[in-house]
Amino acid sequence: MNDKLYKAILFIAAMVMPIVCGGVVYALVTDAHSAFEHFGFLRFLTSSEWSYTEGAEQYGALPFITGTLMTTALALVFCIPFSLPVALFVGEYFKGTKVASVLGTVTDLLAGIPSIIYGLWGFYTLRPLIMALGISSQGSGILTASVVLAIMIVPYAASLSAEFIKMVPNDLKEGAYSLGATRAEVIRKVVYPVAGSGIFSSYVLAIGRALGETMTVTMLIGNTNNIPESITSTGNSMASIIANQFGEASDLRFSSLIAIGLVLFLITAIINMIGKMMIKRARIS
Amino acid sequence: MTHLKTKHRLATDKAMLWMVCLFAALTAVPLLAILGEVLLRGYDQLSWSFFTEPTPTAYRAMKAIEAGDPIPGGIANGIIGTMIMLGMAAIVAVPTGILCGAFLAENPKRRFSQTVSYLTDLLQGTPSVIIGIVTYVWIVVPMRGYSAIAGSVALFIMMLPLVIRSTEETLKILPTSLKEAGLALGSNRARVMLKVQLPAAFGGIFTGVLLAISRVIGETAPLMFTALGCSFIRFAIDKPISAVPLLIWEFFNDPNLQELIWGASLFLLLFVLILNLTAKYLAKKWNQ
Repeated sequence: MNDKLYKAILFIAAMVMPIVCGGVVYALVTDAHSAFEHFGFLRFLTSSEWSYTEGAEQYGALPFITGTLMTTALALVFCIPFSLPVALFVGEYFKGTKVASVLGTVTDLLAGIPSIIYGLWGFYTLRPLIMALGISSQGSGILTASVVLAIMIVPYAASLSAEFIKMVPNDLKEGAYSLGATRAEVIRKVVYPVAGSGIFSSYVLAIGRALGETMTVTMLIGNTNNIPESITSTGNSMASIIANQFGEASDLRFSSLIAIGLVLFLITAIINMIGKMMIKRARIS
Repeated sequence: MTHLKTKHRLATDKAMLWMVCLFAALTAVPLLAILGEVLLRGYDQLSWSFFTEPTPTAYRAMKAIEAGDPIPGGIANGIIGTMIMLGMAAIVAVPTGILCGAFLAENPKRRFSQTVSYLTDLLQGTPSVIIGIVTYVWIVVPMRGYSAIAGSVALFIMMLPLVIRSTEETLKILPTSLKEAGLALGSNRARVMLKVQLPAAFGGIFTGVLLAISRVIGETAPLMFTALGCSFIRFAIDKPISAVPLLIWEFFNDPNLQELIWGASLFLLLFVLILNLTAKYLAKKWNQ
């Protein structure tokens, strides 16, 4: 095989990527078009009505955008107190020891569990617990979904943060120790300022994960098409409304669901792009 | 006074260590809880017939529950469907992904490579439910029906970025001297790639493929709108087909079949965890 043919084959294989991504965007945009045309782009995003009575169909994405943002934000709040200690445990306190690699394996395995099994666990274990604690009467809702989402994103945030914490130069830390700093002070005054932007970017990527998580949220959020009033009320996320209704939808509802898919795609793409850019910058500095 | 202050600082230091250990240990709780629950509720359902018989109809299951018998049937239709779709997806995604990864490793500075690299990240971060609806528009609508082909296209799109990334990263950390030695012996680039670089990178790529499979095998959302599901064993690739995660979803929604959830989940969970551990073990072994 000569070099030219070899290069051509590699190039063709690489062309698959732009074709697939272009196809994804093209399919979403063309099919979302009629919903945007019918309701208007801004009105579609800000309307909170979702009714499919024939003749008076009204579709708006606001309840689902709110649902997605609420579950993601809450999941992030629950995720930080666990992923940060894990990152410190693996990357600083017990760096390179056997315990750290065991904990690393545990978080890797957590990341590998299929989302439908997380959903089952949330439904059969966490939901009764939340009902028993009297937090909400029906058990499912934004809060239940967020707790399980948080467990799902801890591994991503923790392993990436640990990587940045590990990279903090030893001489910086040693300098602080030689001045008499305790380990807690070194972490607060040296490790966080140095690794901070990297840790932050790992949370941005974790948010990107949480935004699009489908099955877990569908099984736990309660599936009502209203704007959730509080964290214990039920709702729907952008991914879960698609999962719930796409199979039976046609015409305008079909197009509206694709439009929600397009919005979700854009949001995750932007969040992921910001996260990747921040990581690249944190790695260079 | 200074003595007190030192004491306080030392106490904070200790408290922080304990907090870190406590919260880090707490993260292991969900893994154990999930494993424990699925194991305890699912182990007695696993039997030979669970793997060789298709899903019972809701009616049969209801009769069995009324008579107090265990629910007949199993998840054979799901296992076969998963194998067919995963196999078709992997046969296309692995070679394409390796070639694309090789392109990225060979031309790291080119503008086009940077675009492809960026798009790979984009596709990897795309929620799986969106891959599902896009595949529906691409394949299910023109073919006028759900099919195993559509399901495998969705899985292919999900696997592709993972294979590309692992190939690219493994090829990039190979010593350049390896490639240069091959070229110095007079081989052309294709020969060096096929006979030197790819064999040397085999470990990393293989682990990447294992991880890609373990990632997509539990995917439910993209299959709901593409493969749909099917209650008997089927080998046709142009008809709706079932998959293990789809069956779990069906059982979850059908009160008569709810008892089958745990056996199916146990099977899926064990399969995914074993794949993950194998990949981790192989990565460690090949890195030495």
